[in-house]
Amino acid sequence: MHLNMSGDKPIFLQFAEELEENILKGIFEEETQIPSTTEVAVKFKINPATANRGVNLLVDEDIIYKKRGIGMFVKIGAREKITAKRKNAFYENYILSLVEEAKNLNITQGEIIAMIERCCQNEHNRD
Amino acid sequence: MSIIEIKNVSKNFNNTNALKNISLTLEPNKIYGLLGRNGAGKTTLLNIITNKLFANSGEILIDGETVVENDNAQVKIFHVAQKNIYTVNMKVKEGIKWTQEFYPNFNKNYAYELAAKFKLHTDKKIKDLSTGYYSIFTLILGLASGASVILFDEPILGLDANNRELFYRELITNYSEQPKTIVISTHLIDEIADVLEEIIIIKKGELVLAQPVDKVMLMGYTVSGDCTNVEKYTLGKNIIREETMGRLKTTTIFENRDRNDKEQIKELDLEITPVKLQDLIISLTNS
Repeated sequence: MHLNMSGDKPIFLQFAEELEENILKGIFEEETQIPSTTEVAVKFKINPATANRGVNLLVDEDIIYKKRGIGMFVKIGAREKITAKRKNAFYENYILSLVEEAKNLNITQGEIIAMIERCCQNEHNRD
Repeated sequence: MSIIEIKNVSKNFNNTNALKNISLTLEPNKIYGLLGRNGAGKTTLLNIITNKLFANSGEILIDGETVVENDNAQVKIFHVAQKNIYTVNMKVKEGIKWTQEFYPNFNKNYAYELAAKFKLHTDKKIKDLSTGYYSIFTLILGLASGASVILFDEPILGLDANNRELFYRELITNYSEQPKTIVISTHLIDEIADVLEEIIIIKKGELVLAQPVDKVMLMGYTVSGDCTNVEKYTLGKNIIREETMGRLKTTTIFENRDRNDKEQIKELDLEITPVKLQDLIISLTNS
Protein backbone atom coordinates (compact mmCIF):
# COMPACT_ATOMS: atom_id res chain seq x y z
CA MET A 1 0.00 0.00 0.00
CA HIS A 2 1.14 3.49 -0.69
CA LEU A 3 -0.21 6.80 0.57
CA ASN A 4 0.72 10.10 -0.96
CA MET A 5 1.06 12.61 1.84
CA SER A 6 1.44 15.72 -0.30
CA GLY A 7 -2.00 16.92 0.67
CA ASP A 8 -3.89 16.82 -2.65
CA LYS A 9 -6.43 14.53 -1.06
CA PRO A 10 -7.33 13.88 2.57
CA ILE A 11 -5.41 10.92 3.95
CA PHE A 12 -8.47 9.05 5.19
CA LEU A 13 -9.85 9.10 1.66
CA GLN A 14 -6.58 7.90 0.18
CA PHE A 15 -6.44 5.11 2.72
CA ALA A 16 -10.00 4.03 1.89
CA GLU A 17 -9.15 4.03 -1.83
CA GLU A 18 -6.00 2.00 -1.21
CA LEU A 19 -8.03 -0.57 0.70
CA GLU A 20 -10.49 -0.76 -2.19
CA GLU A 21 -7.66 -1.14 -4.68
CA ASN A 22 -6.23 -4.04 -2.71
CA ILE A 23 -9.62 -5.71 -2.41
CA LEU A 24 -10.08 -5.34 -6.16
CA LYS A 25 -6.68 -6.88 -6.82
CA GLY A 26 -7.49 -9.76 -4.51
CA ILE A 27 -4.75 -8.92 -2.01
CA PHE A 28 -7.48 -8.75 0.61
CA GLU A 29 -9.94 -11.48 -0.31
CA GLU A 30 -13.59 -11.48 0.63
CA GLU A 31 -14.28 -12.85 4.10
CA THR A 32 -10.66 -12.38 5.15
CA GLN A 33 -9.33 -10.08 7.83
CA ILE A 34 -7.66 -6.78 6.96
CA PRO A 35 -4.98 -5.07 9.11
CA SER A 36 -6.16 -3.28 12.25
CA THR A 37 -6.25 0.51 12.36
CA THR A 38 -3.37 0.47 14.85
CA GLU A 39 -1.20 -1.56 12.46
CA VAL A 40 -2.06 0.75 9.60
CA ALA A 41 -1.54 3.89 11.67
CA VAL A 42 1.89 2.73 12.81
CA LYS A 43 2.94 1.59 9.35
CA PHE A 44 1.98 4.82 7.61
CA LYS A 45 2.67 7.10 10.57
CA ILE A 46 -0.83 8.52 10.58
CA ASN A 47 -3.24 9.32 13.37
CA PRO A 48 -5.28 6.21 14.31
CA ALA A 49 -8.42 8.35 14.15
CA THR A 50 -7.62 9.08 10.48
CA ALA A 51 -7.23 5.38 9.70
CA ASN A 52 -10.49 4.74 11.48
CA ARG A 53 -12.27 7.37 9.42
CA GLY A 54 -11.12 5.66 6.22
CA VAL A 55 -12.32 2.28 7.44
CA ASN A 56 -15.67 3.68 8.54
CA LEU A 57 -16.21 5.04 5.06
CA LEU A 58 -15.98 1.50 3.69
CA VAL A 59 -18.10 0.12 6.52
CA ASP A 60 -20.83 2.58 5.54
CA GLU A 61 -20.59 1.40 1.95
CA ASP A 62 -20.93 -2.23 2.99
CA ILE A 63 -17.48 -3.13 1.73
CA ILE A 64 -15.95 -3.91 5.12
CA TYR A 65 -17.55 -5.11 8.32
CA LYS A 66 -16.33 -5.20 11.90
CA LYS A 67 -16.42 -8.24 14.13
CA ARG A 68 -16.48 -7.09 17.71
CA GLY A 69 -13.25 -7.86 19.50
CA ILE A 70 -11.75 -9.65 16.51
CA GLY A 71 -11.17 -7.14 13.76
CA MET A 72 -12.29 -6.04 10.33
CA PHE A 73 -13.20 -8.23 7.39
CA VAL A 74 -13.92 -7.84 3.70
CA LYS A 75 -17.59 -8.37 2.99
CA ILE A 76 -18.87 -10.86 0.42
CA GLY A 77 -19.72 -8.96 -2.75
CA ALA A 78 -17.22 -6.21 -1.95
CA ARG A 79 -15.33 -6.58 -5.23
CA GLU A 80 -18.48 -6.32 -7.25
CA LYS A 81 -19.49 -3.19 -5.37
CA ILE A 82 -16.12 -1.54 -5.89
CA THR A 83 -16.12 -2.39 -9.59
CA ALA A 84 -19.57 -0.85 -10.02
CA LYS A 85 -18.47 2.27 -8.17
CA ARG A 86 -15.35 2.63 -10.29
CA LYS A 87 -17.31 2.20 -13.50
CA ASN A 88 -19.54 5.05 -12.48
CA ALA A 89 -16.51 7.23 -11.83
CA PHE A 90 -14.76 6.21 -15.08
CA TYR A 91 -16.38 8.92 -17.16
CA GLU A 92 -15.54 11.69 -14.71
CA ASN A 93 -12.05 10.51 -13.85
CA TYR A 94 -10.78 9.54 -17.29
CA ILE A 95 -12.98 10.53 -20.22
CA LEU A 96 -13.49 14.15 -19.22
CA SER A 97 -9.79 14.83 -18.76
CA LEU A 98 -8.95 12.88 -21.92
CA VAL A 99 -11.27 14.99 -24.03
CA GLU A 100 -10.06 18.17 -22.41
CA GLU A 101 -6.38 17.43 -23.08
CA ALA A 102 -7.24 16.37 -26.64
CA LYS A 103 -8.88 19.76 -27.14
CA ASN A 104 -5.73 21.53 -25.89
CA LEU A 105 -3.68 19.60 -28.43
CA ASN A 106 -6.18 19.95 -31.29
CA ILE A 107 -6.72 16.22 -31.49
CA THR A 108 -9.99 15.50 -33.28
CA GLN A 109 -12.73 13.19 -32.11
CA GLY A 110 -11.90 10.79 -34.94
CA GLU A 111 -8.25 10.72 -33.91
CA ILE A 112 -9.16 9.97 -30.28
CA ILE A 113 -11.34 7.06 -31.33
CA ALA A 114 -8.62 5.75 -33.62
CA MET A 115 -6.12 5.91 -30.80
CA ILE A 116 -8.43 4.04 -28.43
CA GLU A 117 -9.01 1.39 -31.05
CA ARG A 118 -5.28 1.03 -31.63
CA CYS A 119 -4.66 0.70 -27.90
CA CYS A 120 -7.38 -1.94 -27.51
CA GLN A 121 -5.99 -3.81 -30.51
CA ASN A 122 -2.52 -3.87 -28.97
CA GLU A 123 -3.91 -5.13 -25.70
CA HIS A 124 -5.83 -7.78 -27.59
CA ASN A 125 -2.74 -8.93 -29.51
CA ARG A 126 -0.72 -9.15 -26.31
CA ASP A 127 -3.31 -11.43 -24.74
CA MET B 1 -9.46 11.14 30.06
CA SER B 2 -8.82 14.76 30.94
CA ILE B 3 -9.73 18.16 29.61
CA ILE B 4 -7.45 21.15 29.97
CA GLU B 5 -8.87 24.66 29.80
CA ILE B 6 -6.49 27.55 29.36
CA LYS B 7 -8.24 30.83 30.10
CA ASN B 8 -6.79 34.25 29.28
CA VAL B 9 -3.29 33.30 30.37
CA SER B 10 -0.60 36.00 30.24
CA LYS B 11 2.99 35.80 31.39
CA ASN B 12 5.58 38.56 31.61
CA PHE B 13 9.30 38.19 32.13
CA ASN B 14 10.69 41.55 33.22
CA ASN B 15 9.49 43.75 30.39
CA THR B 16 8.62 41.19 27.77
CA ASN B 17 5.23 39.61 27.29
CA ALA B 18 6.05 35.91 26.87
CA LEU B 19 2.38 34.98 26.60
CA LYS B 20 -0.44 37.33 25.74
CA ASN B 21 -3.94 36.42 26.78
CA ILE B 22 -3.94 32.80 25.57
CA SER B 23 -7.27 30.97 25.66
CA LEU B 24 -7.48 27.42 24.44
CA THR B 25 -9.05 24.08 25.29
CA LEU B 26 -7.22 20.78 24.99
CA GLU B 27 -9.90 18.19 24.44
CA PRO B 28 -9.54 14.66 25.75
CA ASN B 29 -7.70 12.03 23.70
CA LYS B 30 -6.51 14.17 20.85
CA ILE B 31 -2.99 14.63 19.49
CA TYR B 32 -2.00 18.29 19.31
CA GLY B 33 0.98 19.86 17.62
CA LEU B 34 2.19 22.96 19.47
CA LEU B 35 4.05 24.90 16.83
CA GLY B 36 5.90 28.16 16.65
CA ARG B 37 9.34 29.65 16.21
CA ASN B 38 12.10 29.67 18.80
CA GLY B 39 11.10 31.88 21.69
CA ALA B 40 7.44 32.03 20.68
CA GLY B 41 6.31 30.94 24.15
CA LYS B 42 5.65 27.20 23.68
CA THR B 43 7.81 26.04 26.57
CA THR B 44 6.51 28.83 28.80
CA LEU B 45 2.95 27.64 28.21
CA LEU B 46 3.88 24.02 28.99
CA ASN B 47 5.71 25.17 32.12
CA ILE B 48 2.65 27.05 33.34
CA ILE B 49 0.40 24.05 32.71
CA THR B 50 2.77 21.91 34.78
CA ASN B 51 3.11 24.38 37.63
CA LYS B 52 6.78 25.19 37.00
CA LEU B 53 5.92 28.82 36.30
CA PHE B 54 3.05 30.99 37.43
CA ALA B 55 0.92 33.02 35.07
CA ASN B 56 0.59 36.73 35.75
CA SER B 57 -3.07 36.53 34.93
CA GLY B 58 -5.61 34.01 33.77
CA GLU B 59 -6.00 30.41 34.89
CA ILE B 60 -5.56 26.84 33.73
CA LEU B 61 -7.92 24.08 34.76
CA ILE B 62 -7.67 20.34 34.32
CA ASP B 63 -11.01 18.59 34.69
CA GLY B 64 -12.30 21.73 36.36
CA GLU B 65 -9.52 22.01 38.96
CA THR B 66 -6.67 24.51 38.99
CA VAL B 67 -3.24 23.20 38.00
CA VAL B 68 -1.49 25.55 40.44
CA GLU B 69 0.01 23.81 43.50
CA ASN B 70 -2.38 20.92 43.03
CA ASP B 71 -0.90 17.41 43.19
CA ASN B 72 -4.21 15.87 42.30
CA ALA B 73 -4.14 17.79 39.02
CA GLN B 74 -0.44 17.42 38.28
CA VAL B 75 -0.48 13.65 38.60
CA LYS B 76 -2.68 13.56 35.49
CA ILE B 77 -0.04 15.34 33.42
CA PHE B 78 3.42 14.21 32.39
CA HIS B 79 5.79 16.83 31.04
CA VAL B 80 8.59 15.54 28.84
CA ALA B 81 10.80 18.59 29.31
CA GLN B 82 14.15 19.61 27.93
CA LYS B 83 15.60 20.68 31.27
CA ASN B 84 17.28 18.06 33.43
CA ILE B 85 15.47 17.81 36.76
CA TYR B 86 17.25 14.71 38.06
CA THR B 87 19.83 14.74 40.84
CA VAL B 88 23.50 14.59 39.94
CA ASN B 89 24.29 10.95 40.57
CA MET B 90 20.98 9.38 39.68
CA LYS B 91 21.09 6.41 37.30
CA VAL B 92 18.54 5.82 34.55
CA LYS B 93 16.93 2.95 36.45
CA GLU B 94 16.66 5.13 39.57
CA GLY B 95 15.06 7.85 37.44
CA ILE B 96 12.50 5.30 36.32
CA LYS B 97 11.85 4.21 39.91
CA TRP B 98 11.61 7.81 41.07
CA THR B 99 9.03 8.64 38.38
CA GLN B 100 7.03 5.60 39.43
CA GLU B 101 6.67 7.13 42.90
CA PHE B 102 4.80 10.10 41.45
CA TYR B 103 2.68 8.38 38.82
CA PRO B 104 0.38 5.68 40.19
CA ASN B 105 -0.35 4.24 36.74
CA PHE B 106 3.31 4.10 35.71
CA ASN B 107 4.12 0.91 33.80
CA LYS B 108 7.64 -0.15 34.78
CA ASN B 109 7.80 -3.21 32.51
CA TYR B 110 6.81 -1.10 29.54
CA ALA B 111 9.49 1.47 30.43
CA TYR B 112 12.16 -1.26 30.45
CA GLU B 113 10.78 -2.70 27.23
CA LEU B 114 11.13 0.71 25.58
CA ALA B 115 14.62 1.17 27.04
CA ALA B 116 15.64 -2.12 25.40
CA LYS B 117 14.12 -1.06 22.07
CA PHE B 118 15.98 2.24 22.09
CA LYS B 119 19.12 0.56 23.51
CA LEU B 120 19.16 2.90 26.50
CA HIS B 121 21.47 1.51 29.22
CA THR B 122 19.58 1.73 32.46
CA ASP B 123 22.76 1.47 34.60
CA LYS B 124 24.14 4.68 33.14
CA LYS B 125 24.07 7.90 35.10
CA ILE B 126 21.55 10.37 33.72
CA LYS B 127 24.11 13.18 33.61
CA ASP B 128 26.34 11.04 31.39
CA LEU B 129 23.69 10.54 28.71
CA SER B 130 24.16 12.23 25.34
CA THR B 131 21.58 14.84 24.23
CA GLY B 132 19.83 12.20 22.13
CA TYR B 133 19.78 9.61 24.89
CA TYR B 134 18.61 12.14 27.45
CA SER B 135 15.65 12.85 25.14
CA ILE B 136 15.03 9.11 24.81
CA PHE B 137 15.15 8.68 28.58
CA THR B 138 12.53 11.37 29.17
CA LEU B 139 10.23 10.33 26.35
CA ILE B 140 10.25 6.76 27.68
CA LEU B 141 9.17 8.09 31.08
CA GLY B 142 6.38 10.01 29.36
CA LEU B 143 5.12 7.06 27.35
CA ALA B 144 5.20 4.78 30.41
CA SER B 145 3.79 7.36 32.84
CA GLY B 146 0.18 6.29 32.44
CA ALA B 147 -0.80 9.96 32.70
CA SER B 148 -3.90 11.05 30.82
CA VAL B 149 -2.07 14.03 29.35
CA ILE B 150 1.49 13.92 28.01
CA LEU B 151 3.21 17.13 27.03
CA PHE B 152 6.26 16.52 24.85
CA ASP B 153 8.56 19.53 24.60
CA GLU B 154 10.83 18.79 21.64
CA PRO B 155 10.92 15.06 22.35
CA ILE B 156 13.12 14.31 19.37
CA LEU B 157 15.89 16.78 20.19
CA GLY B 158 19.16 15.11 19.20
CA LEU B 159 17.52 11.89 18.03
CA ASP B 160 18.80 10.31 14.83
CA ALA B 161 16.35 9.44 12.04
CA ASN B 162 16.06 5.78 13.14
CA ASN B 163 15.21 6.68 16.72
CA ARG B 164 12.74 9.33 15.57
CA GLU B 165 10.94 6.70 13.49
CA LEU B 166 10.92 4.36 16.48
CA PHE B 167 9.50 7.11 18.68
CA TYR B 168 6.68 7.91 16.22
CA ARG B 169 5.78 4.22 15.99
CA GLU B 170 5.76 3.76 19.75
CA LEU B 171 3.78 6.95 20.22
CA ILE B 172 1.07 5.85 17.76
CA THR B 173 0.89 2.36 19.27
CA ASN B 174 0.69 3.79 22.78
CA TYR B 175 -2.04 6.26 21.81
CA SER B 176 -3.97 3.66 19.86
CA GLU B 177 -3.98 1.18 22.72
CA GLN B 178 -4.49 3.73 25.48
CA PRO B 179 -5.97 6.96 24.15
CA LYS B 180 -4.79 10.09 25.93
CA THR B 181 -4.24 13.76 25.26
CA ILE B 182 -0.87 14.33 23.66
CA VAL B 183 0.75 17.69 22.98
CA ILE B 184 3.92 17.70 20.91
CA SER B 185 6.05 20.75 20.48
CA THR B 186 8.44 20.19 17.58
CA HIS B 187 10.20 21.88 14.70
CA LEU B 188 10.29 18.83 12.43
CA ILE B 189 6.68 19.33 11.42
CA ASP B 190 6.51 17.30 8.22
CA GLU B 191 7.71 14.19 10.01
CA ILE B 192 4.74 14.22 12.32
CA ALA B 193 2.13 16.17 10.34
CA ASP B 194 -0.08 13.15 9.63
CA VAL B 195 -0.02 12.01 13.24
CA LEU B 196 -1.46 15.28 14.51
CA GLU B 197 -5.17 15.84 14.76
CA GLU B 198 -5.09 19.49 15.79
CA ILE B 199 -2.49 22.20 15.55
CA ILE B 200 -1.87 25.17 17.77
CA ILE B 201 0.33 27.95 16.43
CA ILE B 202 1.89 30.53 18.71
CA LYS B 203 3.71 33.58 17.44
CA LYS B 204 5.45 36.02 19.77
CA GLY B 205 3.34 34.92 22.72
CA GLU B 206 0.06 35.18 20.85
CA LEU B 207 -2.23 32.43 19.68
CA VAL B 208 -2.36 32.50 15.88
CA LEU B 209 -4.68 29.56 15.43
CA ALA B 210 -5.94 26.34 17.00
CA GLN B 211 -7.67 24.16 14.42
CA PRO B 212 -7.93 20.59 13.14
CA VAL B 213 -5.06 19.78 10.79
CA ASP B 214 -7.28 18.82 7.85
CA LYS B 215 -9.08 22.15 8.07
CA VAL B 216 -5.81 24.06 8.09
CA MET B 217 -4.52 22.05 5.13
CA LEU B 218 -7.67 22.87 3.16
CA MET B 219 -7.27 26.56 3.87
CA GLY B 220 -3.71 26.82 2.60
CA TYR B 221 -2.94 26.64 -1.12
CA THR B 222 -0.67 28.26 -3.66
CA VAL B 223 -1.64 29.93 -6.91
CA SER B 224 0.91 30.35 -9.65
CA GLY B 225 0.90 31.80 -13.12
CA ASP B 226 1.43 35.06 -14.92
CA CYS B 227 1.87 37.79 -12.30
CA THR B 228 -0.94 40.03 -13.54
CA ASN B 229 -3.36 37.12 -13.57
CA VAL B 230 -2.26 35.86 -10.16
CA GLU B 231 -2.79 39.34 -8.74
CA LYS B 232 -6.25 39.49 -10.29
CA TYR B 233 -7.14 36.23 -8.56
CA THR B 234 -5.58 37.02 -5.18
CA LEU B 235 -7.12 40.49 -4.88
CA GLY B 236 -8.87 40.74 -1.52
CA LYS B 237 -7.66 37.31 -0.40
CA ASN B 238 -5.53 36.57 2.64
CA ILE B 239 -2.00 36.34 1.22
CA ILE B 240 0.68 34.89 3.46
CA ARG B 241 3.57 34.54 1.04
CA GLU B 242 4.55 35.85 -2.38
CA GLU B 243 7.41 34.98 -4.70
CA THR B 244 8.12 36.35 -8.16
CA MET B 245 10.45 35.00 -10.83
CA GLY B 246 10.31 36.99 -14.03
CA ARG B 247 6.64 37.05 -14.96
CA LEU B 248 5.89 33.94 -12.92
CA LYS B 249 4.30 34.63 -9.59
CA THR B 250 3.58 32.15 -6.81
CA THR B 251 1.31 33.27 -4.01
CA THR B 252 0.27 31.33 -0.94
CA ILE B 253 -3.25 32.02 0.27
CA PHE B 254 -4.63 31.15 3.67
CA GLU B 255 -8.41 31.18 3.75
CA ASN B 256 -11.22 28.83 2.87
CA ARG B 257 -11.19 28.45 -0.88
CA ASP B 258 -14.32 29.30 -2.73
CA ARG B 259 -14.87 26.21 -4.85
CA ASN B 260 -16.75 28.23 -7.44
CA ASP B 261 -13.51 29.76 -8.65
CA LYS B 262 -12.78 27.00 -11.17
CA GLU B 263 -13.90 29.05 -14.16
CA GLN B 264 -11.81 32.01 -13.09
CA ILE B 265 -8.74 29.80 -12.59
CA LYS B 266 -9.15 28.36 -16.05
CA GLU B 267 -9.67 31.74 -17.61
CA LEU B 268 -6.60 33.23 -15.95
CA ASP B 269 -4.60 30.07 -16.69
CA LEU B 270 -3.53 29.58 -13.08
CA GLU B 271 -2.25 26.52 -11.35
CA ILE B 272 -3.44 25.61 -7.87
CA THR B 273 -1.29 23.38 -5.70
CA PRO B 274 -1.55 22.24 -2.09
CA VAL B 275 0.95 23.43 0.51
CA LYS B 276 2.88 21.24 2.90
CA LEU B 277 2.05 21.82 6.54
CA GLN B 278 5.66 22.78 7.27
CA ASP B 279 5.65 25.47 4.56
CA LEU B 280 2.33 26.75 5.76
CA ILE B 281 3.63 27.08 9.30
CA ILE B 282 6.74 28.90 8.06
CA SER B 283 4.56 31.41 6.22
CA LEU B 284 2.20 31.86 9.15
CA THR B 285 4.95 32.41 11.70
CA ASN B 286 7.26 34.62 9.66
CA SER B 287 7.61 38.07 11.13
